[in-house]
Amino acid sequence: MVNFTVEDQEGNRQEHEAPEDMGLNLMEILKAYEYPVLATCGGMALCATCHVEILEGKDGLGDATDIELDQLENLPEFFPTSRLACQIRIGDILEGAVVKLRGEDVV
Amino acid sequence: MIHTDLCIIGAGPVALFAVFEAGLLKMRCHLIDALPQIGGQLSEIYPQKPIYDIPGYPEVKAQDLVENLMEQAKPFKPTFTLGERVDHLDKQEDGSFIVTTSDKTHVHAQVIIIAGGLGCFEPRKPVLENLEKFEGKGITYMVKDPETFRGKRVVIAGGGDSALDWAIYLSKVSSRVTLVHRNETFRGTPDSAAKVFDLANQGKIDLILSANLKQVNGNGKLDTVILEGKLKEEIKLEADYLIPLFGLSPKLGPIADWGLSIDKNAIEVDTRDYSTGVERIYAIGDINTYPGKLKLILCGFHEAAIMMHSAFKYVYPDQKLSFKYTTVNGVNAF
Repeated sequence: MVNFTVEDQEGNRQEHEAPEDMGLNLMEILKAYEYPVLATCGGMALCATCHVEILEGKDGLGDATDIELDQLENLPEFFPTSRLACQIRIGDILEGAVVKLRGEDVV
Repeated sequence: MIHTDLCIIGAGPVALFAVFEAGLLKMRCHLIDALPQIGGQLSEIYPQKPIYDIPGYPEVKAQDLVENLMEQAKPFKPTFTLGERVDHLDKQEDGSFIVTTSDKTHVHAQVIIIAGGLGCFEPRKPVLENLEKFEGKGITYMVKDPETFRGKRVVIAGGGDSALDWAIYLSKVSSRVTLVHRNETFRGTPDSAAKVFDLANQGKIDLILSANLKQVNGNGKLDTVILEGKLKEEIKLEADYLIPLFGLSPKLGPIADWGLSIDKNAIEVDTRDYSTGVERIYAIGDINTYPGKLKLILCGFHEAAIMMHSAFKYVYPDQKLSFKYTTVNGVNAF
């Protein structure tokens, strides 16, 4: 299990854990914890509705990839440590990270 | 007023297959979608992606599936209203409905089928104070008629293909086009980006890079757009129009106001026939929810077949429905 923290749109933080050995990505974990993440495209890095900002732990997680930037750069709001949660594989790299939800409101 | 048996809200894969299933039961369909083309998410988000879980197709490209579904539905002559959002459903005394769209198109139908996927794709809006105040008064999120911008000063914000394409197009129509992008480079089609840089060099477009929208001002109508530049400096642009182009995102929209039971952005249905709590309104595909729901195209197809057999009684109240196989009866076009 890796432990990480999620900050929701209102700024509330909650610690969570996720299994590293099930081939999951962060978007799937956020949905499993019932965060309001639309994930319209289902994880193909094609819709940017699982936009998150990495507040802590960026060194381990690394930069957004090219396919993520294709989406992120077209958003009205975009931060230097923005990522698409669907492109972050659950693994040791996530240990101790703090991610803030940046996807738009669901309704 | 358009008259039809069934009005389907949405034109994605499940909606298109619903036309086929309705057609087998001699029911005509009119489809309404907020997007300007049919195919829903498949055409809008991932037209070139392969899908592997459509029965009978080991692999099929999303756009090809849409085209095949359209071909399959063709004998039943579906009609379409595209690029308009359904805003109102009004129940008539006889139980039928009149549907009204954002562009005031009216459709009269015996039954409403919501096959709206994740909702309507609506433009993403920048976070700016007073933005709403100028919507329709200088701020617009799509170019419906380019002539609106003839001879006008237009600011386009965004760095994707649509921002590039409209900047190029409007440079020939508008008196001044300014393209504002937050980066130094564009990730859109390289050809379009090269063309934009060319037009900027020729002085036909004002290109402002590494800048963000900061403020919009005007007296009843937009007249100034203020940007924040690379060095946090303010850049003031006089403008008749601002077109923010930051892509589309699905929203449940007006569906939430139709008195249906909604759970986590999905409509709760009875799995016996995918009816909602409101008589004559059904919901199929990704927009519905029930215990065990899987958001798969193939589940939507199944739901479409079942629900049509239930809707039949509203279109043909005096007829008894008999179940028939296409292998026995073929597909009898209208």
